Amino acid sequence: MTDTPLSLAEADSTLFTRLRRWWSGETANPVKRVQFDRPLTPWMFLLPQLAVVAIFFYWPSVQAVTSSFYLEDPFGFGATFVGLDNYTDALTSRGYMSTAAFTAFFCVVVTALSLGLGLLLAVKADKVIRGAETYKTLLISVYAIAPPVAGLIGMMFFDMHMGPFTQIAAWFGHDLRVGIDYWDTASALIVISVWKQIPYNFIFFLSGLQSVPVSVREAALIDAKSGWRRFCDITLPLLAPTAFFLLVINITYTMFDTFPIIDVIVKDKPANNPMTLVYKVYLDGFKGNDIGGSSAQSVILMVVVALLTVLQFRFLERRVHYG
Amino acid sequence: MIKTASTAIALALTASTAYAATDISWWHGMGGRNGEVINEIAQQFNAAQDQCNLTPVSRGTYEEALSSGIAAFRSGEQPNILQVFDAGAATIIAAKGATVPAEDLITGAGEEFDREAFIAGVRNFYADADGKFIGMPFNSSAPILYYNTEAFEAAGVEPPKTWEEFEEIAPALRDAGYIPMTASQLTWMMVENFKSRNNQQFATNNNGYDGFEGTEILVSDDNQKMMFEKLKAWADEDLYGFYGAGWADNLKPFEEGEAAMWIGSSGSFGGLQQSAEFDFDAVYMPYWDSIEGAGTQSFIGGAALFAMAGKSEEENACTAQFFTFLTSPETQFFYHRSTGYVPITEAAYELAKSEGYYDDQPVAEVGIQQLMLEGGEWSKGYRMGFYPQIRSVMEREFNRIFSDEVSVDEAFSIIEEEGNALLARFAKTAN
Repeated sequence: MTDTPLSLAEADSTLFTRLRRWWSGETANPVKRVQFDRPLTPWMFLLPQLAVVAIFFYWPSVQAVTSSFYLEDPFGFGATFVGLDNYTDALTSRGYMSTAAFTAFFCVVVTALSLGLGLLLAVKADKVIRGAETYKTLLISVYAIAPPVAGLIGMMFFDMHMGPFTQIAAWFGHDLRVGIDYWDTASALIVISVWKQIPYNFIFFLSGLQSVPVSVREAALIDAKSGWRRFCDITLPLLAPTAFFLLVINITYTMFDTFPIIDVIVKDKPANNPMTLVYKVYLDGFKGNDIGGSSAQSVILMVVVALLTVLQFRFLERRVHYG
Repeated sequence: MIKTASTAIALALTASTAYAATDISWWHGMGGRNGEVINEIAQQFNAAQDQCNLTPVSRGTYEEALSSGIAAFRSGEQPNILQVFDAGAATIIAAKGATVPAEDLITGAGEEFDREAFIAGVRNFYADADGKFIGMPFNSSAPILYYNTEAFEAAGVEPPKTWEEFEEIAPALRDAGYIPMTASQLTWMMVENFKSRNNQQFATNNNGYDGFEGTEILVSDDNQKMMFEKLKAWADEDLYGFYGAGWADNLKPFEEGEAAMWIGSSGSFGGLQQSAEFDFDAVYMPYWDSIEGAGTQSFIGGAALFAMAGKSEEENACTAQFFTFLTSPETQFFYHRSTGYVPITEAAYELAKSEGYYDDQPVAEVGIQQLMLEGGEWSKGYRMGFYPQIRSVMEREFNRIFSDEVSVDEAFSIIEEEGNALLARFAKTAN
């Protein structure tokens, strides 16, 4: 983890100056010059990766931005330039705004719960001595389940005709109707998404905890008797780089990777069930064949994610202490 | 030496005949048993002649088949034949250069085409305003009311013809311990076919047939709202069970013998025969006696085949030949028997009758008879762009109605408002 901030800071500040130096044959760091004596060699190694990024990210992004300004018939016979109409249509539509609100809510809840529970389990697992391996393997194994399968397993529990959760809810007098009632579906969606993500957070938190030096822990033991206090003052700050990394990953997960879970839960018929913005892009573009509208939505999403990432690195990362 | 030469000649001959066959492709959206039947039909076609070789490819669901067909067309890789479902018909028919009208294709290849040979219910749905067939009707279905005969005997009642009769018998079924009725896909059953069975106008511009410009959906009239006020009231009195927008969720209580009636597709017949462990029968989908002129035929459901443009003469000739093969009474009867979809020509229906098929399987006849009922002014079909999204809007609002989040009045004014916005948007793309 210690290398990351350095390289990021470099990239952030002086990309242009470095390009110029490279062009004129200078190098920023003469010590490293021995590795590549020809300026083109590193680029050749980078080429496959750059090609992948260009073909699968930049090119589609440019296409999305262009088609978001057009209203196009599905078969591509004619496109009319409509300026920002697709954007205003999306931003003023009731459906889009409620989906956006749900996505924000979903993001906060799923990230908080899966980080919190992952951390709790990791802290507890760190203390277990007997059967530790079995315990860890059991917790991690869920990570091997593919999201659509996780969705299917979850829906077996929440099925409105025979799901055990539906029956348990009925004992408490609640008529759980996943697929019909908005908040019932939202709860099922959150439970399944959190369940799927906990193992991932668990693995990282656990390895983060195990890298906290024993000497530091022992020293802390002398200073503070309360376990909670030691956790807040020593363990948590030392875990901060891991936690920050996981925060970024978890937000991306809830915004994008929960797609298959939603797809399984709404069974092809979203009706009034909650969904995320990504799912709406898919519905309007691939099922509704509204290419312009769907492109505008995906551009909005791209901007939001870019802003969020910048915010995270600007404000949060500064508070993170890398050992 | 002679032997080798003759083998070589024989090889060359077989090679050249194989080479001469024109390959055509067919993308469809059917899975499971229905997908296998499509493969069987393609094999029958390939065996019946040797100029053409048809390869069917499953592209997932109806919606996925349409989207991948569109994506393929945009990159010039379209199949010869694309299956498009009822709600997507407007999308492909509006794109005039994307398809060759089925009728032009068949007559252009010098084959016979007779509109009157098709049963009345399927003639207009995939045709233009003049009645020319753009798509070739393929798997066609009608919504019908299935009922559990044991439940009806236990309650001592008869299956309803009208919704008024339903209101009379439903309490008896409830008191006998059943959910009186469930229904899958309310958009198809209670809106689209509420319009057709009760002969109600569905959209301006002659239900959308006269052009996309200015077409508006008509759903906030008193009759349409009355249907949903009733459904909501029945749900509150335990006379009707609503299980969301999913097809299978609403079917399940009927399959498990908990619900006495289920409104589903005539094409569900084959599947029900396997899953239901009780005796069941079917009648027409009910209509309202109180609405004047009601009781007309229903819209055709299912999907049609479209010949994609941009293909060579030989390939188009093969596609035409396949369409003709597909409408032959033998193929139609085979398809009807294997899947439960209705035969689309009068001749195929006659063949099924003369073979005594309906003596064994009376339920299989209900769908086609309903499609052959008298047609009304508004029961021919509808043509609305972005209709799959309008369906999604309806599904969303229906869920809200049944979870008490919105009144029927408000729901339908939202559907009309959002539906019209989508239609206006489509009209802009279609010019």
